[in-house]
Amino acid sequence: MSRFQLTRRRFLTAATLGASTVALSGCDAFDFLQDRDSKVRNFLTGANDLTYHAQRLIAGRSSLAQEFTEADIRQPQRPNGITAPNDDTYLALQSNDFADWRLQVIGLVEKPLSLSRQQLMSMPSRTQITRHDCVEGWSCIAKWTGVPMALVLDQAVVKPQARYAVFHCLDTIEQSLSGNIKYYGSIDLVDARHPQTILAYGMNGRPLPVENGAPLRVRVERQLGYKMPKYVHKIELVDSFGTMGLGKGGYWEDRGYDWYGGI
Amino acid sequence: MESQVRMAHRADKQPMPIAEGELVYRQTRWTRLTHWLWALSLFFLLLSGLQIFNAHPALYIGKQSGFAFNNDVLTIGAEDTTTGPVGYTTVLGHRFNTTGVLGLSGPSDNPSGRAFPAWATIPSGQDLATGRVVHFFFAWLLSGTLFVWLVASLFSGHLRRDLAPGGEDLRRLPKDIADHARLKFHHSRDYNTLQKLAYGGVLFMLLPLMILTGLAMSPSMNAAVPFIADLLGGRQTARTIHFATMTLLVGFFVIHMLMILAAGPFNELRSIITGWYRTDPPESGRHQGSA
Repeated sequence: MSRFQLTRRRFLTAATLGASTVALSGCDAFDFLQDRDSKVRNFLTGANDLTYHAQRLIAGRSSLAQEFTEADIRQPQRPNGITAPNDDTYLALQSNDFADWRLQVIGLVEKPLSLSRQQLMSMPSRTQITRHDCVEGWSCIAKWTGVPMALVLDQAVVKPQARYAVFHCLDTIEQSLSGNIKYYGSIDLVDARHPQTILAYGMNGRPLPVENGAPLRVRVERQLGYKMPKYVHKIELVDSFGTMGLGKGGYWEDRGYDWYGGI
Repeated sequence: MESQVRMAHRADKQPMPIAEGELVYRQTRWTRLTHWLWALSLFFLLLSGLQIFNAHPALYIGKQSGFAFNNDVLTIGAEDTTTGPVGYTTVLGHRFNTTGVLGLSGPSDNPSGRAFPAWATIPSGQDLATGRVVHFFFAWLLSGTLFVWLVASLFSGHLRRDLAPGGEDLRRLPKDIADHARLKFHHSRDYNTLQKLAYGGVLFMLLPLMILTGLAMSPSMNAAVPFIADLLGGRQTARTIHFATMTLLVGFFVIHMLMILAAGPFNELRSIITGWYRTDPPESGRHQGSA
């Protein structure tokens, strides 16, 4: 029987050690991963490149997001993030029903544009009933109407060296010591020219509500909600977004979210 | 791989009072390596997954989440009552007070409202971005090693020889169940019927279902292969199945641990670390099986 006791003692020692490791790990043993400069975190983040390339390989340039029917619109579009900007500029524009609002298309383009809402609405439009997937995990189906972004880019004539479209927004998402941080985000030209990527001014058959991004938001249907900025007033074509914000290509990307929000 | 056999250490002159079976080489280095990679991956996937779940602690059936209508099957939350804050979990309309664990947890003088408690998530605080970084890294590690293992095991015969239950296994199933129920374990090189069913179920059903439901939640994968989400009943149903399958995997883990404890933890651990496993002495029966 001595063999059994030895085994049991060894096992209990091992089990105690093991259990304490597990107890530790669950608490805060891995909190160092929150440090955005952690080498381990950066190593793990490397998998995002793999994820990005796999998605591009499988989804291709122009596969279409699923579209749904009117019967699937069962509720108002759930708003998220900033739902009522209180920036002076925005409030002034809102008080005038955005009559003075303009969409600027600038940067690496041959013909910079400044478009009113009326001008955008007189361009060919696309209406699509799609599912909005939030990075938090929820989904909501709504009908979106807007100008295909490709048409606006064609009008501005994008220079060959341009690689990304950066959306600059009117809403302050965070007040930091160094000043107000406005929401911004970026997509590459593959997604910018995707047939379902629209600059939406209408939702569920009505003008886009303030809480959902009036007067204009982007729809990038193969990515998550944080990749579709609201309250857009400027689209800047760039070859790199390294000098904007914290250099990761968007407000949430600067805070640790993946640049390609396809999963 | 043929099992190598070596005789147990034994003095030739005087027989030992307790007979010992042969030490057999039971687990190849590939089985051991993949076992521990999967264990590591599942540990991180579980805890980062609960972190991600905490960002929106509700599960639904269908294509979308009902905010103006009701299609949820599980919600976890906290609310203030006259007697103080309470954590609750609602499952299929039945509401349970889960204060201390689900919905509301942490130090009693300063509890925090969060679905799964700090000890069950990576990182411990609310941090969806980091949870996603960890989750997707280990999702690649798990699915990558699972795929390589599957192809290699098909060609090596490991699947057919060691995991696929045959007619003999099924015939022995009632007795195997009875033996497990009485905690009567047989130690041999081969897996017993319940082991084959359990390991096979995890490797060929639960883990692939996890990967599939994970992909069904991706908007870019929905564009590429929309039928996956459709087959599963929509993105939100896929998310619910992802969660439900997680609970089955946790259940497997608990039973796996209990069986190891009951069948002899030293021998079982040795075989999955070194590969060597002590079988039952011949006189106690030649039936296959163990934990």
